[in-house]
Amino acid sequence: MSVAEPEIAAAAAPVEANERRDRLRQVFRSGTFLAGLLIVLFWVFCAILGPAVVPYDPYADDLLNALMPPSAEHWFGTDQLGRDVFSRVIVGARDILTIAPLATMISTVLGTALGLLMGYFRGVIDEGISRIVDALLALPTVIVALLALVALGPSSATVVSVIGFTFAPIIARTVRASVLAERELDYVFAAQLRRENAFHIMFVEILPNVLPPILVEATVRLGYAIFAVASLSFIGFGIQPPSPDWGLSISANYGLIGAGYWWTVLFDASAIATLVVAVNLVADGIQSALDE
Amino acid sequence: MIAFLLKRLGLSLVTLWLLSVMAFAGAQVLPGNLGRAMLGPFADQRAVDALNHEMGTDRPVLVQYADWVSRFVVGDMGKSYAYRTPVAPLVTTALINSAKLALVAFLLVVPLGILGGIIAALNAGRPVDRGLTIFGLSATIVPEFVSGIVLILVFGVWLKWLPISATWPNDAGALTQVYHLLLPSIPLVLVLFGYIARMTRAGMIEALDSDYTRTAILKGLPHHTVIWRHVLRNALLPTISVIATQTAYLIGGLVVIETLFHYQGIGGLIFTAASKKDFPTLQAGVLTVGAIFILASLCADLLYALLNPRIRVGGRE
Repeated sequence: MSVAEPEIAAAAAPVEANERRDRLRQVFRSGTFLAGLLIVLFWVFCAILGPAVVPYDPYADDLLNALMPPSAEHWFGTDQLGRDVFSRVIVGARDILTIAPLATMISTVLGTALGLLMGYFRGVIDEGISRIVDALLALPTVIVALLALVALGPSSATVVSVIGFTFAPIIARTVRASVLAERELDYVFAAQLRRENAFHIMFVEILPNVLPPILVEATVRLGYAIFAVASLSFIGFGIQPPSPDWGLSISANYGLIGAGYWWTVLFDASAIATLVVAVNLVADGIQSALDE
Repeated sequence: MIAFLLKRLGLSLVTLWLLSVMAFAGAQVLPGNLGRAMLGPFADQRAVDALNHEMGTDRPVLVQYADWVSRFVVGDMGKSYAYRTPVAPLVTTALINSAKLALVAFLLVVPLGILGGIIAALNAGRPVDRGLTIFGLSATIVPEFVSGIVLILVFGVWLKWLPISATWPNDAGALTQVYHLLLPSIPLVLVLFGYIARMTRAGMIEALDSDYTRTAILKGLPHHTVIWRHVLRNALLPTISVIATQTAYLIGGLVVIETLFHYQGIGGLIFTAASKKDFPTLQAGVLTVGAIFILASLCADLLYALLNPRIRVGGRE
């Protein structure tokens, strides 16, 4: 028995690697995943290279040409200040695609650390943190964020940290569940026998094995982070003027849609919708591949 | 069961306390002298002191917190800085308006979501299922103000079928009110549809796959009897708690939707109070909304326990 074991382990390793490659291939064969990925990449491209490729300066007003409908000169028309809507929509990807991923990163790092602590130590630490997490999860995110933003004053840094902190408990819960299952496995026991310290076991031994669920959760959270940043910007507590941010532009122009100036909001609205749906499709693709 | 009840109740109280501390702390972060901030830099120091004394902000923080909480419990929510009137009536009026909006949204989304979930589950794996799932996923993640803007443009501005403003004339009857609330409720419906449909679908598939369903089919019961009496009854259990839990998203969504449609609900009140730094109103709004939300999820858990004999008898955990 003890002789046979290494052979099984050796045989199992390549099978696992193959399986992972198959799963990866399967993700890339999914049409919805690819569509999502392409759209996300398009907006990332706009965020990085946008300012260099747009036809007009997104901040330059031109009051003589305010509220012009879409034309050959201004593809998406101009807004109340005569700024080119097309240029603003392209460059508008920049702030939200900086803030939302940063917030997601903070919540993922924080949530992972918390989840590892809770799942590995269990007992009092788990109970204590769990109760706080439960209480935090029981509060509407937008309300908590609004409260914090009013107290701290709206700025990009506040938005990042507020969303980062409010999303961390959600990730912590997912990570905790995975760690609870993982810590019962032999390799953890082996590491404990080698007298590795707890942090080594948590971060070097267990962490790599719980990365897939963390990746899925982080991608899903990214979608919600974009949702939250856009909503907060729309009500004036997120990204601040004069950024060409989509939510902010809609909030500045939606008072005019009754008069028929649809182009000042519709393109920004479509931009937000395509980005969040695309991120969600990518998350869905990764998730269904890992579930199989 | 009683242990579960007590534990659940305890957790709700902890959450409520945490929220009250957060709502209270939010106001304390503001630059120290509230009277000075309200009256401006050129006001007489005596007037500032008098106002601080009147508002009670010259007392120690813990005393202020205890005072605020004990007044709140008996329904005295303080005086609004912005309107200079008691907060409680403002909150009550806003709450009634929001309840109307939420009710219209729920009456639309619950049947639609459950129906969507059932259709998806009965066609599991086919294009209809995939289409509904993708639609639900996408609708859930699009912010309410984005779908709201598009809906306003299409149905309000271009087709002119529905009014753009959610505010109805003063003597409007119930039907007119519902007519005005249709457009604002659809974005909320879109966000909630995905969750309800997904839960129903998952519950249905599990129930369809179970032994009791197989027994019912083998007994020779007609297809619709199996679906109605055996599958749906079990499948809808998790859906019920999701519906109640989703009030969180509904409440967050209300802030945005009521701002977009200039509707005087609790979300609109919180937004106005936040913009004007009207802390008594903001605190009262946030705490009221939080309390409702906590109550809703408590009810969801109790309802779930009542309807599910496995939990009712054995006790969870």
